[in-house]
Amino acid sequence: MNDLLKNIFRFFAFILVQVYILHKIPPLHRFIVPYLYFLYVLWLPFSLGRTWLMIVAFVYGLSLDYFLLTPGLHAAACVLIAYVRPFLVNILIRQEGAEQSYGAPSIHSMGLAPYSLFVLVLTLLHHGYLVFLEWMEFGNFWYFLGKVGATTAVSLLLILITELLFYRKERYRTNTA
Amino acid sequence: MRNIFLFIRRYFNFLFFLALQVLALSFLFRYNRYHEAAFMSVASEITGSVNTRYNTVEYYFKLKKANESLVQENVHLRELLRSNYQGADTTRQLVVDSIRVDSLVLDQKYFYRDAKVVGSFVTTQTNFFTLHRGLNQGVNVDMGVIGPRGVVGRIVNVSSNFSTVMTMLSRQFKVDAKLKTSGDRGTVSWDGISPQFVQMRNIPKNVKINKGDSVITSELSSIFPANILVGTVDTVVNDPSTNFLTLRLRSATNFSTVQHVYIVQNKQLEEQRMLEANTRKTNE
Repeated sequence: MNDLLKNIFRFFAFILVQVYILHKIPPLHRFIVPYLYFLYVLWLPFSLGRTWLMIVAFVYGLSLDYFLLTPGLHAAACVLIAYVRPFLVNILIRQEGAEQSYGAPSIHSMGLAPYSLFVLVLTLLHHGYLVFLEWMEFGNFWYFLGKVGATTAVSLLLILITELLFYRKERYRTNTA
Repeated sequence: MRNIFLFIRRYFNFLFFLALQVLALSFLFRYNRYHEAAFMSVASEITGSVNTRYNTVEYYFKLKKANESLVQENVHLRELLRSNYQGADTTRQLVVDSIRVDSLVLDQKYFYRDAKVVGSFVTTQTNFFTLHRGLNQGVNVDMGVIGPRGVVGRIVNVSSNFSTVMTMLSRQFKVDAKLKTSGDRGTVSWDGISPQFVQMRNIPKNVKINKGDSVITSELSSIFPANILVGTVDTVVNDPSTNFLTLRLRSATNFSTVQHVYIVQNKQLEEQRMLEANTRKTNE
């Protein structure tokens, strides 16, 4: 499938899954909110420039926000991880020129350990910022720590399941193709 | 001048990041305070129609619970019928209220509209419902919303065919309530912990409270009619540092299953608000 089509499809799929499945799960504990939607930002292709990455993330976050009636909350967190993502990719990428050779961040293109670190750092950043914005209105420090910790753990589990279910085999790109 | 352009070009990404952050945060803070955001009415039409589609499936699974609560409400209303009351002896007389039927419409203070819940969330710290009724059907901001069992929330946003309700399960929602037994008033709000319980504050310590006492809306809450059930007392929390008790109430409405609600319009709200605003102005 075409890269653009694939990403447009993912855009809607992730939002619908987040809104109508994950947010419909009966609340287990006030610290646990299952978030998966931001994986879309992590899966965007390398070739997308930083400015465009942020624009896409903003629009994506905002469209989720309109469903959940929190305009701006998820958009702000998405823009943050979109801004930080290129730095991390630069640090963690396994070999020279992998950005050109592969389409998007995945276990295949980055290697298991760097990709896990990449996911962990961005998940923590995303939840940290999200809960921080909530915390500014109410709550205390333990609420902040507990919620970031619990939500990150749940998110990592969900991401692991998603990666196993939808195995993305990135093919190696050559100049001849 | 050239240096400024160079600077902008060099740090374009960072500046752009800051700009987007400011935009997003301004959306957020504006919404938290005034409950309005750019494109909100267009967006809620779209999300509303998607929600309606989802709800056609979800509704099927909740039919049983929705029916049960509607039947219970019917039973409650039937018990109020005049024909149910007859004294056994003639010393006690039943007096019939003498409101004339044709004046009923003019004197009616609260006007009810039925509405269907098409979207609901109970997992976050500020929970909203989407109702399939909007401006075109006469719904407006700041109307009260009650369910078959009790208080649900307040309308905060309307588009042409949909409206969003800030439910009692939101940090910003407050309703003025009283104990049914003693009539002591307090404020009910949510602490964000469990969606089954809400908190009632400012009850004096000398009031005798039993578990299971009803808490109903007071005459002071202008958007809700008086005597609508808010919840029942579950536990009494005694805070030694204040002179007041905090009650933990089991909320009357089950927010995860409610499907049909009533939108309450106070026809005299405008007048009351204007008077209060004028009074405040003259006393300043």
